[in-house]
Amino acid sequence: MKTLLSAFFIGLALPVAAADISSFSLDNGMQVVVVEDHRAPVVVQTVWYKVGAADEVPGKSGIAHFLEHLMFKGTDKMKAGELSATVTRNGGSDNAFTSWDYTAYYQRVAADRLPLMMEMEADRMRGLQMTEDDVATERNVVLAERNQRTDSDPDALFREQMRAAQFLNHGYSIPIIGWRHEIEQLNREDAFAFYRQYYAPNNAILVVAGDVDPDEVKSLAETYYGPIEPTVGLQDRVRPTEPPQLAERRMTMRDARVSQPYVTRSYIATERNPGDQSEAAALEFLASLLGGDGATSYLGQALMFEDPKAIYVSAFYNGTSVDLGSFGLVIAPVPGVSLEEAEIALDATIAKFLEEGVDLEQFDRLKTQLRASLIYEQDNIESLARGYGQDLTIGLSIEDVKAWPEVLDAVTPEDVMAAARRVFNKSNAVTGFLMPEIASEDMQKDAVQ
Amino acid sequence: MKPFISVIAGATLAIVGAISPVFAQIDVQEITTEAGITAWLVEEHSIPFTALELRFKGGTSLDRAGKRGEINLMMATLEEGAADLDAQGFAKARDSLAARFDFDANTDSVSISARFLTENRDEAVALLRMAIMEPRFDQAAVDRVRGQVLSNIESNTTSPNEIASSTLNALAFGDHPYGSSPSGTTETVSGLTPEDMSTAHTRALVKDRLYVSAVGDITEPELAELLDGLLGDLPQFGPELPPYVAPALTGGVTVVPFETPQSVVMFGHSGIKRDDPDFIPAYIANEIIGGTRESRLMQEVREKRGLTYGIGSYLVPYAQSEVVLGQFSSGNAVTAQAIDVVKDEWRKLIDDGISAEELEEAKTYLTGAYALRFDGNAPIASILVGMQMSGLERDYIVHRNDLVNAVTLDDLNRVVRELYKPEELTFVVVGQPDDLKSD
Repeated sequence: MKTLLSAFFIGLALPVAAADISSFSLDNGMQVVVVEDHRAPVVVQTVWYKVGAADEVPGKSGIAHFLEHLMFKGTDKMKAGELSATVTRNGGSDNAFTSWDYTAYYQRVAADRLPLMMEMEADRMRGLQMTEDDVATERNVVLAERNQRTDSDPDALFREQMRAAQFLNHGYSIPIIGWRHEIEQLNREDAFAFYRQYYAPNNAILVVAGDVDPDEVKSLAETYYGPIEPTVGLQDRVRPTEPPQLAERRMTMRDARVSQPYVTRSYIATERNPGDQSEAAALEFLASLLGGDGATSYLGQALMFEDPKAIYVSAFYNGTSVDLGSFGLVIAPVPGVSLEEAEIALDATIAKFLEEGVDLEQFDRLKTQLRASLIYEQDNIESLARGYGQDLTIGLSIEDVKAWPEVLDAVTPEDVMAAARRVFNKSNAVTGFLMPEIASEDMQKDAVQ
Repeated sequence: MKPFISVIAGATLAIVGAISPVFAQIDVQEITTEAGITAWLVEEHSIPFTALELRFKGGTSLDRAGKRGEINLMMATLEEGAADLDAQGFAKARDSLAARFDFDANTDSVSISARFLTENRDEAVALLRMAIMEPRFDQAAVDRVRGQVLSNIESNTTSPNEIASSTLNALAFGDHPYGSSPSGTTETVSGLTPEDMSTAHTRALVKDRLYVSAVGDITEPELAELLDGLLGDLPQFGPELPPYVAPALTGGVTVVPFETPQSVVMFGHSGIKRDDPDFIPAYIANEIIGGTRESRLMQEVREKRGLTYGIGSYLVPYAQSEVVLGQFSSGNAVTAQAIDVVKDEWRKLIDDGISAEELEEAKTYLTGAYALRFDGNAPIASILVGMQMSGLERDYIVHRNDLVNAVTLDDLNRVVRELYKPEELTFVVVGQPDDLKSD
């Protein structure tokens, strides 16, 4: 099978993205990006606000996400729920999402409904209205959401604890949905204050993707978003920074609902920065080399194949953030291997990787896949458009986003090893064990049966 | 892996087909190869890759007695070594070609989804053929994947969602394959051998239960040649499918105590077959009751009362049964109240029916939403293969919206009265709900 194993080169250079991307700004400061895809008569409008959970004031955790929910209540022109109902009546779907660095609202509809979507989205940028009743009911919905997505899921609770331990001072330490005791206290005034300060055209990016003409989008955007007044004096985000980490951080969490124990470690890592994405690109390769496909990754080969101590092992990197990125490792041991042994095996494998360096064949395969991904991603323009929105809200420029595939393609094995030596520093990390509650585990099983 | 979820996906695909003028441009061709394989093809040459979808009817329901989980484990091990490549060699070869293969096992089918580049299509398909025709099922590979499956099975025992769904499945279907987890149990999976994998392989992947669609940068003759090379040597026939089973959901509440801040609630009763002439009105009714954010259940349970983050209902037509299902989670203090709201909604359906306005809104939504699904090679390939499995013709895409628009209010309310049965609505609650006990 020699022929199959030899690398196929997807052209000599990166394929040129087929998606046409254009961008411009309105006079009030709103940035607009248009991603064209004329294969289907569909359009997705997303408005991204450069504000998220990491911008909340202490004691008000969850307000960015709570406001996101309240944005579906009424405005001066629309009654509560009318926006979503209108989208649905037009055969579309809509939703919103909040992260630490951004909050975004989208509608996916037939391309000829774009003007209506813009009219409604522009309306709620400044015209939000809500009653005390709306706020009280929606707070219960958010508490139910927290119940469902966090409090019922030991993995989610554990991630929340890990994150809180990782950041001592930065807003990345809080959960996006908020701490339960603080969600319970969020009120209408909090929501409006946050809204008035951050929801403005000069703090927003409009991304329109699909079967549209950029000139038409421009004229529509000028009509609907153009007249909205900007917030005067809105500064770039400057958040509290982390003090030096002086002590290794470790935690053990037990929960009766855990069946498969695991160890995870998260290191603070360099993030993508405007004009400077090369370290982040090297870390992307490091994550794929160590923890991509289990059968080919360094950790997978060592810990699942050669000396099978793990049922699952992975590495991941998140560098798309305003302030700090993170690099993570996880190992779930096979029965009979303790978490302590698993961690030792993981550390030994990382140490061995630092000695041996990059497997050049594996590195070539990743480069091949990178080039192919630029072809495959043209089939999913929404995902491409989402990438633009995320990248721009964290402060990257259109040029940075366009250059990213080339920056990735330029990474060398030496770059990867240099980045690895910088990131693998335990005094820059938090390590966590998630385990079953031994005492009540058997009791729990009886109840289930 | 989970019967309810996987079949919901299949049901959605079946109803999706629809057309607006815009989809006149989706030209679905049907080809039959020399080896007798029928496939649907949409040529789309603007991006140099092809999405190929293969489905085999039967799925995990073909597990032999005492071997529950064998087809699930077999599908998960297909990619773990084939012909002269071991698991790692296979993965390296696949990655060198930048091909993407997914193997999955569902209640009524197994699926193979592949995407490959035009520039190395022959090599990618040759590699896929090795996985499909010459899997090795090495002991080490079977053991490694078995370890992952056993870990999942163990995790399911402490997952409220899994406990709810397996409890409701067991109530509804008993000893029928639909009544137990397709992943199998710790006991059955621990006993599976490489030989069982080979047997499961010849039972599940057979030509007369095969459905194929392809969308992308490939022509009719190229696809025909590809399919014969890839699948022509599969066995022709498989074992008999399991018999029909009527869901035994007759009402009542079953509480499974579980320490967690909220209760997971699943509810359901008998449903409607996909090929029933009333399926379209039933589908519209479900959209109104629990299909969208604007549905009655979402409005009553979430928007007006704040009792849940989300609630939905589904028509689930299995190959050999059919149910109506719903699901939500609520804080333990308000679970009983939320269940009462759901029961009230079921009663209101029968007492008051659905209004002309609701029907019109649902028609507008459903006929408008159709086109939005056909938005990429991979999604279109998936829709097309789902249509074939549901016995729909290619032109269903063209007249599906007419079928929706033709439903009258009288039709709809007649079907509602036949389909929805307040006294049979059966609830499974996993949690520590206040003021609620099994009856």
